Amino acid sequence: MITKRIIPCLDIKDGRVVKGINFINLKDSGSAIELASSYYDNGADELVFLDISATEEKRKTLITLVKGIAKQIRIPFTVGGGITELQDIDELLKAGADKVSLNSAIVKNPTLIDEAARRFGSQAIVAAIDIKKIDDSEIVFIRGGKEMTDKNASEWCKEVEQRGAGEILLTSMDKDGTKSGYNLTFMKELNKNISVPLIASGGAGTMYHFLEAFIEANVEACLAASLFHNQEIKISELKKYLKQNGVNVRL
Amino acid sequence: MIGIIDYGAGNTASVENVLIQLQQDYRIVKTESDVMNCEKLILPGVGEASYAIKRLNMNNLINFLRVTKKLVLGICLGMQLLCEKSEEGNAKCLGIIPCDARKFQGNIKIPHMGWNSIQIKSKSKLMEGIDSESYFYFAHSYYVPLNEYTTVTVDYSTQISAVVQKDNYFGVQFHPEKSGENGIKLIKNFIELC
Repeated sequence: MITKRIIPCLDIKDGRVVKGINFINLKDSGSAIELASSYYDNGADELVFLDISATEEKRKTLITLVKGIAKQIRIPFTVGGGITELQDIDELLKAGADKVSLNSAIVKNPTLIDEAARRFGSQAIVAAIDIKKIDDSEIVFIRGGKEMTDKNASEWCKEVEQRGAGEILLTSMDKDGTKSGYNLTFMKELNKNISVPLIASGGAGTMYHFLEAFIEANVEACLAASLFHNQEIKISELKKYLKQNGVNVRL
Repeated sequence: MIGIIDYGAGNTASVENVLIQLQQDYRIVKTESDVMNCEKLILPGVGEASYAIKRLNMNNLINFLRVTKKLVLGICLGMQLLCEKSEEGNAKCLGIIPCDARKFQGNIKIPHMGWNSIQIKSKSKLMEGIDSESYFYFAHSYYVPLNEYTTVTVDYSTQISAVVQKDNYFGVQFHPEKSGENGIKLIKNFIELC
């Protein structure tokens, strides 16, 4: 039976991990490769790397880093952040990434999804969507949450699926950092209407939050960052807990 | 010498990384003359079937792959290319395995994405030391139905082929290069035992 996935997310700047790193037993706490290896050993199902550096020069550092990560770990990983064209995707996949996540660029240029899916296959294209509740509806935000768009979140999710995205990585900005649980209300509804895998992001604070996302919203994967980086929750223990509570995970 | 066939669609880096880890001699091969010097061939696969066939054809590899006696391991799309045809792009494939690759249908999430447990139906050197119910990483929207050459199955709403084997041809639907220790073992088995 297919298992539910646990995905740690690492923010990368200039080739190094930033934000909330409090890992013990690492020689270099900012080394993305060391951290990735540690998650691999600890039972992570996949990894996501989000590059938050922007300039051309630093992008080359990212490619070098992706090559280094691919040499080290034997689980799939996604790279995202600032990807705007097919050439970027091609370079990242050739360097050893399995998938790329696209966010602001596909809102501005939705056909990028169609083109990327045709060329690299849907399985390599993750649509990353940041949402925030405005009045009574969930609205799509871009540029790391700085810019509001006119897109309704449900409609945009349907559209990225139809255009060929192979997965949706949905981050609730209202929930992100609150440790009050994932945005179950929205994801539960959304998941009934889409046929690509859904990755929940934003809000996890306890093991129970993962459990309810899998059971109530039936998401295919849960993503979290600082919770894992700060070792508040160990992935191996989380997966044991989920298994004991009836969620099928890979142990 | 192991040859990794690069046909422009597949990402060869991850397979290369495993061969480096296993300290194997390998080369990236593109044309018929390149592949002649290799004992075993790996056909990795990420991408779209009709495009892949077109690229293999441009490099004169279709006929070679149909008749070769060398050991061939097709991964993911590389396995589907062993079929007669694929519904993806209505591609005419290599015709080694007598069935067609089909698109998943029904009330399931597509692609079939993530770690799934496999069931070994018949023993093989390829799967030596790997237990039934082991997890492998899958990422695909098309699949090879069960057929007489299926040796390992996986359940995703229906039973499909996870591994096929016919004569010198092997195909795996999952990505061994992304499946942790079990995947490394499978690639090692292909190199050392098959």
